[in-house]
Amino acid sequence: MAVSSENIIIVKDLVKKFGSFVANDHLTFEVRKGEIFGFLGANGAGKTTAIKILCGLWYPTSGELNVAGYNIYTQREKVKQNIGYMSQKFSLYDDLTVFENIRFYGGIYGLRKKEISERSKSLMERLDLSAARDKLIRDIPLGWKQKLAFSVAMLHNPKIVFLDEPTGGVDPITRRQFWNLIYEAAHGGTTVFVTTHYMDESEYCDRVSIMVDGRIAALDTPEKLKFQFNASTMDDVFIQLARGK
Amino acid sequence: MRTIRYIIQKEFLQVFRDKAMLPIIFLVPIVQLIILVNAATFEMKHIRMSVVDLDLSATSRGLIRKFEGSPFYQIKQFSFSYQEAMNQMQQGKVDLILNIPAGFEKNLMKENHARAQFVINAINGASAGLINAYSTIILLDYNRQTALANFNNSAPSSLRNIHTEYSYWYNPELNYKTYMVPGILVLLVTIIGLLLSGMNIVREKEIGTIEQINVTPIVKIQFITGKLAPFWIISLFELAFGLTIGKLLFNIPIEGNLWLIFLSAAVYLFVILAFGLLISTISHTQQQSMLISFFFMVVFILMSGLFTSIESMPQWAQTLDKLNPLMYFIKIMRMVLLKGSTFADISRHFWALVIYAFFIVNLAIWRYRKVA
Repeated sequence: MAVSSENIIIVKDLVKKFGSFVANDHLTFEVRKGEIFGFLGANGAGKTTAIKILCGLWYPTSGELNVAGYNIYTQREKVKQNIGYMSQKFSLYDDLTVFENIRFYGGIYGLRKKEISERSKSLMERLDLSAARDKLIRDIPLGWKQKLAFSVAMLHNPKIVFLDEPTGGVDPITRRQFWNLIYEAAHGGTTVFVTTHYMDESEYCDRVSIMVDGRIAALDTPEKLKFQFNASTMDDVFIQLARGK
Repeated sequence: MRTIRYIIQKEFLQVFRDKAMLPIIFLVPIVQLIILVNAATFEMKHIRMSVVDLDLSATSRGLIRKFEGSPFYQIKQFSFSYQEAMNQMQQGKVDLILNIPAGFEKNLMKENHARAQFVINAINGASAGLINAYSTIILLDYNRQTALANFNNSAPSSLRNIHTEYSYWYNPELNYKTYMVPGILVLLVTIIGLLLSGMNIVREKEIGTIEQINVTPIVKIQFITGKLAPFWIISLFELAFGLTIGKLLFNIPIEGNLWLIFLSAAVYLFVILAFGLLISTISHTQQQSMLISFFFMVVFILMSGLFTSIESMPQWAQTLDKLNPLMYFIKIMRMVLLKGSTFADISRHFWALVIYAFFIVNLAIWRYRKVA
């Protein structure tokens, strides 16, 4: 994994308020090109809010944001051309087949017909889904769906892919397989921004930030964080941070 | 452009994969046409009446026979008590009471005029008016008859009569169904179009796929166009299907140019579908969207001139009705189908729809938000 020193996401003093509730409280961080950046935190810590703002789905209240080299306020559509997003909520069409979903998303990203058929073919082969090509999404297991959703988010070769709790509710083996896909993407040069509340997964990240109550409480490599908090696992680090609030 | 094609393709797949859709598209129009066209009629058949004849004379019996002889009346009850007849009306069993007082014939013979009374159930004002008109005609007719009989040969010249000849244009047989079918067809495409489009975007909100679309660089106008086109095609097809059924089942006249009908329908459907999509972008759940659609649909339909005459609405309501897209399209349909109107005849209504469509499509595009 070639992590460059170039920053591909730059966030400065990001604030998001819902009425009087502050979901993101002056977040400041950078993500380097090519790294797997873990965005950790308990439920309700503000992870999803931040990811939606970075993807251009929600307006921030204030702060400077630069994603993939574009300003999120003035070049929103440019940002969108260069990112992929897999939401926490399931994002494929239940009543369409595996192939129809790939074709549709490829189509709205502006891929040509030939590109779509080529990429969908290699994609389904890689995911072992060739046999399920014409099955409806509602009829395939959750683990497959999530792998497919991830691949669909990667279909247009984005510079950054945002994954919002991609492994929620799947078994450990499928989670492992999913992380293999993430590694592959990172090897291919895509920056991966992933939120999770499985602390074991954070060990797979190049760097992690831990959010507590809308703030970033810690940000570093997993090794350094464990050393800093004198903990043997990321679980311990997290519990110390969450208690200490 | 390519993007739009993919959205259209996807919408078609989803619509026809839904098992309930085909019956809705093919069965509903047939059922609606058969039921509504036959049921929604202004004609009064089977006026149920109660007769209170306290005179029991040849003249009063003659009058009653006139009513018995009419195909529109059914005499449900003969009674000697007005109160008894009134009870029947209170219970909703009769619509009309003919009250003939004692001395009817005697007064008519001696004083040349006599009184009888109609009591009409006017809960439905329109039908009460019709009952009154029908009954009065029968009474006047009988009046003339008895007058002629009495004066006989003595003074026929003193009876002057203005006789009116009727000539019914555009619907010479006064076939009510002919009048109803074009309007019901409008109703049909409106309901299908508004519900389909109204439920659409909000459904994607509910299942969460809208976020996945909003995170793509798709242009708003592409998205709305891609959503509109499939329902536009389905609704136009629906109209063609409905017209065929109307022709086969009710033999409705198609006097004007069918292309003119479809051109107007094409514009009209832009209004309805964009209106549905607008509702869809505002709503958060499908139920909400249904309720809003339903509200507008009821107002639009009741004020559309389908069941009641627009000309008899108060002035403010007629002004308000200028915002009712159904009103324009029903007028166009009736004018072109029944009268054979040309483009010049309907141009005012047509351009009104064009302006409306332009406005509402833009409103829907503007209101669709990719960023919250």
